[in-house]
Amino acid sequence: MSRVVVTGVGAVTPLGIGARSLFDRWMAGETGMVGLEAPCSDFEPTAHLSKKEVRRADRFTQLALVAGDEAIASAGWDGELPYDPARIGTVVGTGIGGLGTMEHGHDMLRDEGPGKVPPLSVPLMMGNAAPGVLAMRNGFRGPSFGVVSACAAAGHAIGTAMRMIQHGEADAVLTGGAEAALTPLSRAAFAALDATSPTGISRPFDRRRDGFVMGEGAGILILEDEEKALARGATILGVVRGYGATSDAHHLTAPEVEGRGAAAAIRVALADADLEPEGLDYVNAHGTSTPLNDRAETVALKNALGDHAKRVPVSSTKSAIGHLLGAAGAVEAIATLYALQERVAPPTLGFEEAEEDLDLDYVPGRAKPLAADGRPLIAMSNSFGFGGHNAVLVLEGA
Amino acid sequence: MSVAPDSVEKVVREALPQFGVEPDDITREATFEDLDVDSLDLAELSQIIEEEFGVALKGEDVARIKTVGDAVDLVVSRSA
Repeated sequence: MSRVVVTGVGAVTPLGIGARSLFDRWMAGETGMVGLEAPCSDFEPTAHLSKKEVRRADRFTQLALVAGDEAIASAGWDGELPYDPARIGTVVGTGIGGLGTMEHGHDMLRDEGPGKVPPLSVPLMMGNAAPGVLAMRNGFRGPSFGVVSACAAAGHAIGTAMRMIQHGEADAVLTGGAEAALTPLSRAAFAALDATSPTGISRPFDRRRDGFVMGEGAGILILEDEEKALARGATILGVVRGYGATSDAHHLTAPEVEGRGAAAAIRVALADADLEPEGLDYVNAHGTSTPLNDRAETVALKNALGDHAKRVPVSSTKSAIGHLLGAAGAVEAIATLYALQERVAPPTLGFEEAEEDLDLDYVPGRAKPLAADGRPLIAMSNSFGFGGHNAVLVLEGA
Repeated sequence: MSVAPDSVEKVVREALPQFGVEPDDITREATFEDLDVDSLDLAELSQIIEEEFGVALKGEDVARIKTVGDAVDLVVSRSA
């Protein structure tokens, strides 16, 4: 089966415009938290998109378009497309879709009546808007669709894109995730669930963690068939080695306390990558900073990785940018690829106080170097979502 | 009583730039195609016109109007 490589990345996150900015600022110990949230404060859509494009896209799609432009440029695709457009797919995840558009439309309906509901409401709010608009903007005519699995959406999207290339359905796929749910309804709803942090501090795995800090953003990756990418002289940023997806079949919001579904996804991903647990150099955890996730994920890592769980560094990007929901798996995969390239485990910022049984190496506070023997390093990136969805990627650095 | 063509044209001229049209490109003769105004923009324009003049432009109307002038004339005739 063909190997699937990453040739381009792009991101808009609470740590700025650009994939590199996310990684560098995280490594420098910066966080993107403002008040109780992690907004993309630097993102001004009209600086990147035409007036018409801005008008035709909810914020989650706008974020995806700008991350997509960066990914396409970094893959060297910004001149002529290297493949038949019919052989390029577009698979982008979101947790919620255009929630801001929906809320505005509903405000109009309630306050002004049905005649004032914007006609663009549905095409902007639909969860497949980002992949649709990305395919349109770039002329990709292969399969395109959205993936909706809450906070696992981008993990599923990347895994699905990998499979499409492995199975010969596409030569390349633009994939990733996008989310822009910093809206009144979503704030109130997550708070009502006690899911979000009342203190606005994201400190995954720390004893004092009290919920996730909601963020927004987008991460886009260009995946290509390795042979074809090499033939066109592409710069390889990494390899998507394995993908595993399972379901808890347990509860609408809570992870199964023993992390069985998550552990199963880890095992499937490792088997798909043809890798023993000892082959993992780093784990980019889902690590949401909620009491339940971080405990269940720790148990899952111990069960799936055995003794190696205690040795492998485990850190959470969410300590720097909060939880980007359906975009999380993509921006975290991108950060993981940089970490592998730089041969370093980025830190879990704010981690200071351990909790009983949460005793892995969470890389507190400062990055630590990874094996220096020169071989390509391998990491795992976890994404779990409401609904009991688990998606795990195994990534190899360039 | 029909509305004055000038007042309809004024509303159209104010609306189109919201969709990304350059104000200087808007003339009675300009086609919506040339102005890159598509069916979704026309749906929004219809809503604005209906709000202002109580005239609904739907379905076949939208297919028939090709230029800014067509739209203005149709609204004026409907309001009669």
